[in-house]
Parts: sequence; structure tokens; C-alpha cells
Amino acid sequence: MPRLTRRDLLLRATAIGCSAAASPLVTPVAFASAPTENRLVVILLRGAMDGLDLVQPYGDPGLAAARPGYAIGPGDGARDLDGFYALHPALSGLWPLWQAGQLGFAHAVSTPYRNQRSHFDGQDLLEAGTQAGTAGLSHADGWLNRLVQTLPGARRETALAVGAEEALILRGAAPSVAWSPASRLALSPATADLLSMVYHDDPLFREAFEDAEFYSGLLHGDFGADDTGEDGMMAMAESLRDGGRTVSPGSLAEFAAERLRADARIASFSIGGWDTHRGQDHRMARALNHLAEAITELHAGLGAEWDRTMVLAMTEFGRTVRINGSGGTDHGTGSAVVMAGGALRGGQVFGDWPGLGEGDLFDGRDLMPTRDVRAYAAWAMAGLFGNDRAMLERHIFPGLDLGADPRILL
Amino acid sequence: MTLVVPPDQIRFGTGLVPGRPALTAETMLSELAGPDRMAAAFPQDSFDTRMAFARDYSRLTRARRDSDADEEAFRAIRRQLNDDLTMQLATTLSRGVADPSGLRERLTWFWADHFTTVGQRRLMRGGITAHVEETIRPHVAGRFGDMLEAAILHPVMVLYLDQERSYGPNSITGQRRGADLNENLARELLELHTVGPDGGYTQADVREMAKLLTGLGIGDDGLAFRPNNAEPGPEVVMGRSYGGADPAHLSEIRAALQDIALRPETARHICRKLVDHFVSETPDPDLLAAMQAAWRVTDGDLHAVMTALMTHPAAQVPGQGRVKQPLHLIASTLRALDIPAEGLARAPARRLRRFVERPLAAMGAPWQGATGPDGYFDDDAEWIQPQVLAARIGWCMTTPVALRRRLPDPRAFLRDALSDTAPPALERAAARAESRAEGIGLILASPAFQRS
Repeated sequence: MPRLTRRDLLLRATAIGCSAAASPLVTPVAFASAPTENRLVVILLRGAMDGLDLVQPYGDPGLAAARPGYAIGPGDGARDLDGFYALHPALSGLWPLWQAGQLGFAHAVSTPYRNQRSHFDGQDLLEAGTQAGTAGLSHADGWLNRLVQTLPGARRETALAVGAEEALILRGAAPSVAWSPASRLALSPATADLLSMVYHDDPLFREAFEDAEFYSGLLHGDFGADDTGEDGMMAMAESLRDGGRTVSPGSLAEFAAERLRADARIASFSIGGWDTHRGQDHRMARALNHLAEAITELHAGLGAEWDRTMVLAMTEFGRTVRINGSGGTDHGTGSAVVMAGGALRGGQVFGDWPGLGEGDLFDGRDLMPTRDVRAYAAWAMAGLFGNDRAMLERHIFPGLDLGADPRILL
Repeated sequence: MTLVVPPDQIRFGTGLVPGRPALTAETMLSELAGPDRMAAAFPQDSFDTRMAFARDYSRLTRARRDSDADEEAFRAIRRQLNDDLTMQLATTLSRGVADPSGLRERLTWFWADHFTTVGQRRLMRGGITAHVEETIRPHVAGRFGDMLEAAILHPVMVLYLDQERSYGPNSITGQRRGADLNENLARELLELHTVGPDGGYTQADVREMAKLLTGLGIGDDGLAFRPNNAEPGPEVVMGRSYGGADPAHLSEIRAALQDIALRPETARHICRKLVDHFVSETPDPDLLAAMQAAWRVTDGDLHAVMTALMTHPAAQVPGQGRVKQPLHLIASTLRALDIPAEGLARAPARRLRRFVERPLAAMGAPWQGATGPDGYFDDDAEWIQPQVLAARIGWCMTTPVALRRRLPDPRAFLRDALSDTAPPALERAAARAESRAEGIGLILASPAFQRS
């Protein structure tokens, strides 16, 4: 075939023995310039993360009172952050980032979602980025997509949803790429050629196939190898069997970092496991290990680009202040947001602390939100991409009161 | 390249079966008017069975909270639920494979998506298939008003769209507890189920509709009507007055649904959606007009509407049509490979998950897992995003060889799967494939087979 496809470029790159990811030859649009050099990664913590366990306000006597016998504060292994808050021990691996001012938190935040406490509706609202009122949210577009719409020169490759599940946060008018590192297109070169021939007259199939070969090849480097026949079949069958679900958060982050170093600027993926109704001590530690792994991979994978990167990890709502009868916590309201990146003015816990006394709680049971979590995302975008107040409050986060600048960026 | 029109059984049914002549639209429609043989041959659980199961499930969930000893019983019932869900999928798929034309199955899938319910709460897990079976399937060749009435006035829908939490502000309960309306069902009823987003209704109509629906709730035995929660009527929705009896009565809601079903905006919205699904994302105006006329003349008889669609010259668009949704792709593949449906019903859940359930999710259509009441994103570009196309190709390349001991010759399979409509490039590619599995995979992954 006379056309030079992405796969041809890839084959050439593999043949001369350079790493596919590092070669400028193989980026899909190596000739056009990217819309911005700054990067934003949004990690969705699905299942309602307990912010009080992540960043423990051990200086507030209300916490120990509500969680008798539960590990709290530096006395139980948490890292003291500032004499009032302490960091859950499972995030100790991120301590160097905290010390470097590249890790920070904002406490007592939430979306506008109140009183219903459904994961699904809460997550829909978190991703839609709109005001409360959940009816019709499933038709909505996502706030990251609305951000991409404002980036001059944004292309399809600019925004990336990593993982198998549909990402409402990136759904909308601006094009984006969705790819899971578990997806696998491992065809023998001959079969791939025949498929190209079969897809040639159908532009929809032809272009999607080229992209699939490109992204799959980046991860697995299958093309040009001799043994893709039966092994490739096995690999594809395995990736189907997994349904894309068993990919570790570290692999999601590794793939995101690789694309962000090339031509992606916005990336999003999810980490689950936060719905700690029972046995919170070990379940929380496991979920936090995944979060730490993801941030570590982003840091390592982004290299020099880390300095222009902001990572936000947000959840749909928090959990009850009180520990329940099964050593867990139930669906609540206020939680915390995790921030990381070289662009962050970290090493501090942002936000107004509402207190944990009886009268301080939301609905008598939950951490009272003192700020809309969207405000932190909005100020991050203002700093990274120059979005102005009107754009943020009306278009990207309709109904948001941006409030004072928390100065989260350097 | 000359484009040919695919057989009616590919465009409107679940595809061809080797050795059996393709049915025409007329034959398919006359079978559709006859008895539902597939429902009898491959039965699904009744809603009552699922209600009883849901009660057991709740009981064991509570017991487990109080005592660790009940953990094992809870795990067993959770496993049972997962197996039941997989078997419901297998039964749904079996019918698509076994039915002579597959038209009734395609219609059932279409309408199940139109009235999508999803969720994890109580009845929702395990009860969705019964909702489809008992309120939608019996009416796919009947009147739309009857389907609408049955599908809306069902515990699964009432629960999913929060109707049991909606109270008339001036109802007895509303006054006593200060409770208010929940507009969720009312809004989706207008926007998704009947007149459509451009149906000309306002927020005030949504509110009136919500008031009209108050009183619907769920009792121990299914749907319940609670006059104490009902807003005193009447309510005016899109210029027409409904309800107003004292005390309020369920029959008022029934009458309103039947009336809204007959509105021309409803006919237009649904006919557009049917053409879009079965023929083309750019509908032909004459075809739409013929379908809407059939709707008007027959008071929304869906058999008449489908007849208008399937026998219209504009439905015979040459070349390949819409991209098959993943379940349709799997059903048509099993037919083309001549894999008997009876085997599916007997297959262990583990195997069904591996070859059907997980691949459906990887192809972007998790079983009963749409993201909201608007169902799957039915858009060719969404179904063929790179990631989900990779899953389609992977499934086509690896599943046939795992399901059939000996695969047919790709050149013969091309006739089985596509009759004489295969494009020459596909014919050449299939003949040159490295192995039978890859040849079959190429044919199945080709636009000629992926589209209908």
C-alpha cells in the first residue's frame, strides 16, 4: 500500500530498535504543536473516600471520640503534617514529595451533592461538574471535556481517558481518546495487513483501527516481532477475559504518564476500593497503596514534565465521622482532595476546618464541607491553562462560586 | 464498487444461519404477529421470583452486618445472584441465536434500551430482565401505549427513577412531613420515553407531570398506589388536563400515559429512533412520514409502524448500515457459526462470562450496565472507538476457535455469514488468511459483518 500509516511508522521505529514511546517518529501528530505545555491529571476515587482517615485531623479531639480504638495520628504511625493533621501511614511512600512541596491536600471539601448518598449519582455529579440535582445527568457532558473545549489548538490526542469504563468526565463535544492498557490488538503482521485492506473503504473502521494499532503497539510493541501469531491470539483472548478490569492503578498511571509526555495534556483514570463499610483499617490501606502507586508512577513517568503537572484526586463524597459496628464508616458528605505535581505549591493542607463537635457536623453525622471541591479544580485550571473566572463559573463548572484564590500553584 | 442491499434478515433480524434460506421482511413481520415461541422455549425468571430473591438477599445482608457467622450465607446468595444475572444474559442471547429471523429479539433489545433501568439497589439487580420480559416484550408487536403503561408502572422503573420518593407538596404526606416532588421519572418520561427532547414541553410541564405521577410507590407485592402521597389534581401537561379525582387513583395515571403515547410528538420521536437504530443515522423523510402515518392511523400499533419501516423502499439502503451493537454482533456470529442455542443455556456460568459477558463489557456494552436512563450511546462512532474496536477484533479472532472444534473454510463461511453481499476486497482477504481462525476472524471483524 502506498499510504504511510501510523503502523508503518511504528514498524519502522521498532525495526531501528528505538523505544516506541521515546521516538518522535511515532507520535500520531508529531508535526503539529501541542496546545499547552502544562498537564492536568484527574484521578477519580470511586466509592467515597474517607478524607478523615487519609488526612487525619488528630488535633481535633472529636476525631478520637468518634473513632474509639481506631488508629489515629502520629501516635499510631501516621506522619505528622503540621501539628494538627497527620498523613495515613499507607501514603508514607509519598513523604519525599510532601517534603519537596509537591504533595498537598485540601480538607472538608465536597461537590454540591447532598443528602442522597448514592455512589452512582454522586460520581455522575462529580464528573459532570454541575450543580446538585441529579436528574438527567447521564445525558450531561463532563467538566474535563468542557475544559478541553477551551484549549486553543486541542486535538483528539490532547485528552485521554485511561481505563475500560466509560469516562463521563471526558464525554462531550471535544474529541478525546479512550484507551485501556489492558486492551490488546495483537495481530500477526499479515493479518493486520489484510484487516487494513478490509477496512480501507470504511473511514470509521479504518481510522479507529489505525489508532488501536498505534496505542496497542506503544504498550506492547507487538508489531515487527516474529511471534505474534499464536501468542498474539492468547494475549487478545486474555485481555478480553479481563474485560479490562484487572489493570493495576500503577499501570494506568504509567500509560497516562507516557501519553502526557508525548501529546496528551489532560488525562483521567479511576481508582476504586474506597467503600469501606467494614474493616476500614486494612481496606483503606490497600486503596491508599494503589493511590500512592499511581502518583509514584506519574512522578517517575513524567520526568521533566512533572514540573508542569498538577494531579487532582477527588471522590464523590466522604464518609461518616463515627466508626460503625463493623469497624467501617458509612456514606457521608465532606472529604478531602489529594493534590500532587511539580506545579503545586504543596507541603500544606488547605481549607477551613469546620470542627467535629456535635453541632459542627453536617446532618449530625458527616464532616461539614466548607468549600466546593470544584473550586480547587477551577483554580488549578486558571493557573495551568489561563481560564478566566467567567469561563470557570459559567461554562466549566456552572453555578460554582470560585471564591478567593487558595494559591495552590507555584 | 457496486453496493448491494443486505438481506432483510441481516438488517432487521439477528443474521443468517447456514443452510437456511434468508427470510423476507414480509415473512419476518408475519412471524412477529404470531405467538412468541422463543419466550416459551427459553424462559426467564418471573418478577415475583426475583422479588422473593431480593427479600432473601436483603435479609442476609442485614444478618451479615450483625454477625460474622452469616458471612458464608451472604456470599452464597451473592454468588447465586451473579450466576442468575449471567444466565439471564445467556437466555436473552439464546433467543437471538435460535429465533428464525431474530426480529422480535432485536425489537426487545431496542425497547429494553428505550426503557433502560440500571442500578445496584434492591430489586434492580436481578429484576431488570423480568421488567423487560413482562412489560416490554409482550408489546413489541402491540400498541406503544400499552408498553409505555406497563413499563412505567412497574416497581423496577418506579424505584430506578426515584418515583417512590416523590410526594405532592399539597398531599397529606407532603403537608405533614414537608416532603416534595422528585422530578426524575417525570422528566425522563417526557424527554426519553415519549415526546422527546424537542417535544416542546417546558419545565412547568415536567413539574405538572411529576405531580400527576405522585402516589406511585412500591409495596411488599409490587407496585402500590398511595393516595396520601398524591398531589390533589388536576394537572395540565402540554396543554391537556389529566387527573383530578378525589381521592387520586392509579387509573388517572394510566389514562394520561395512554394519551401521551398518542401525541404526534411521541410518534415522531419514536419513529426517528427506530429508523436511526435499524436503517441509518440520517433518516429519510418519506420513510419517517410513512411510519408516523401508520402510527396515527393505528393509534400507535408497533406492528404497523414496523411494517411501514421494513417494507418502505427507503429502508433498502444499499451498502452496510448501522454498526451492530455488541450483543447483536455476538448473536449473529453464533448464528453464522451454526452454534446451537441450546448449548448456551447449558453452558457453565464461568464459560459464559469469559466468552460473552466480559467481552460485552470490553466492547462498551456491559450487560444491563448502561450509564443512565438514556441507555447505551447508540452512535456508530462510539461503538467503533479504537479501544472497543480492539475488543471486537479480539473477540472475532479468538472466540470462534474456542467454541467450535473445527472451523469452516473461510470461503464457505463468507457465504454463510453474508450471503452474496460480501465486498470483493473481503473475499480476497479471507482467501489469503494465514489460518482458518484468522480467515473467520477477518470476516467477522469486517465492516460487512460488523454493520447491518
